[in-house]
Amino acid sequence: MSATGDHVETFVELIRRASTQLPPDVERALRDGQARESEGSLADRALGTILDNVQLAKDRSAPICQDTGTPVVWIHHPLGVSTRQLGDQFIEAVRQATDRRYLRPNAVDTQTGKNTGDGTGRGIPFLHFEEWDSDHIEVRMILKGGGSENVGTQYKLPDGALKAGRDLEGVRRAVLDAAFQAQGKGCAPGVLGVCIGGDRVSAFAASKEQILRPLDDVNPDPELAALEARILKEANSLGIGPMGFGGQTTLLGVKIGVLDRLPACYFVTVTYMCWADRKAGVSIDGGGEATWLS
Amino acid sequence: MVELKLPASEESIRQLRVGDFVELTGRMITGRDTAHTWLVKEFRDEVAPYLEGTVIYHCGPVVSQTPEGGWEFVAAGPTTSIREEPYQADVICRYGLRGVIGKGGMGPKTLEGLHRCGAVYLHAIGGAAQVLASAIPEVEKVFMLDEFGVPEALWVIHVDKFPVVVTMDSHGRSLHDEVEATSDDRLKELLGLSG
Repeated sequence: MSATGDHVETFVELIRRASTQLPPDVERALRDGQARESEGSLADRALGTILDNVQLAKDRSAPICQDTGTPVVWIHHPLGVSTRQLGDQFIEAVRQATDRRYLRPNAVDTQTGKNTGDGTGRGIPFLHFEEWDSDHIEVRMILKGGGSENVGTQYKLPDGALKAGRDLEGVRRAVLDAAFQAQGKGCAPGVLGVCIGGDRVSAFAASKEQILRPLDDVNPDPELAALEARILKEANSLGIGPMGFGGQTTLLGVKIGVLDRLPACYFVTVTYMCWADRKAGVSIDGGGEATWLS
Repeated sequence: MVELKLPASEESIRQLRVGDFVELTGRMITGRDTAHTWLVKEFRDEVAPYLEGTVIYHCGPVVSQTPEGGWEFVAAGPTTSIREEPYQADVICRYGLRGVIGKGGMGPKTLEGLHRCGAVYLHAIGGAAQVLASAIPEVEKVFMLDEFGVPEALWVIHVDKFPVVVTMDSHGRSLHDEVEATSDDRLKELLGLSG
């Protein structure tokens, strides 16, 4: 454990940043969206309120949204670090962040219906570990709200009703349908994290990981980059708009990743992230020094 | 901009139309999933006076205790309303609610209830937890806190210029239905599917 030390304080700060500070790429995308909407429209005013809210949350160091979501966390660690101890530290950090009101007590015992009270529960937070060659620990997280989680979905291609076959045109059809089905219910304008392929478990995890990508990055695969740009443009022509009030800004981004698949399966899996696209990261060196990642 | 005082009369509610911006001032109550099933299971005499003539806010707040032992809303945006679709019209009509605040809109059963009993659906900006908490200066009391937990309890609150948009009115109009219909046409066009 000497390689890692006690990182609870760092993790609490990471959670605070995620919950209270919207990343600059997301804020830029919201501003760009507002510039496209006609002045005084419901869409314009909704985005204005959203941007005011982002500033207030930052100034007050208080949650952007009261649904502080599920902390979904990806941890890269060097050889020899105990993932069990690291995981326990993150869980403790969730308790402390809940106690300090950076998080709402957000875990409910599914059988009894009782809130666990401290923000943790079976499967909450959701932690992924991966060993790597660096001597740093890197932690990246999102806070994934429930309203948007409810509009996430998975398609099994081919899909007759959508005339979606097992190719990228089929993927386009499925993802556009997902954007339509979501309407404003996932707190539009949202971000779609998409996984093509995989199985029903791996694909949802991979679609969530896409949410970590900066909104203004370009997919290194040119075919996927073109597909992302096309779906974003077409989804924004659906007229759903912020909150589903109507308007030009239905999505802020579409990010697509790929997993290989079984011969029999072709899944298109869509995670909907609300406009409160809360993501944060930290790199911790061997001496425990934290560098915040944007 | 319409300024509306709570509790509100049926007449003032029937004047509201889809697209109106409204600022609410007065007393309202929060309630979400567990609260709605609880309210329809039997008539709750102790809560009824806090529902009559006012609005229920679909909200699971982040709450802080003040040094004096009171409560303060730290973050308080709306939650998705459609989950209450099976219960909402009953709750409106049995308790005499004049409106519902939430996000995402509701379905035909609620729309019919709004028309029949004189109420409106008011859309708050989802995720705007700080802007909306700023419009909630006072928490008067809370029902079922131990039983339901912080997000699901029924909080009686006082609001000051709480900003919302009418997206379903008492005349049968729903902005959500209209946006869904136009976006459906556009989707079919993009995918080359006939209507």
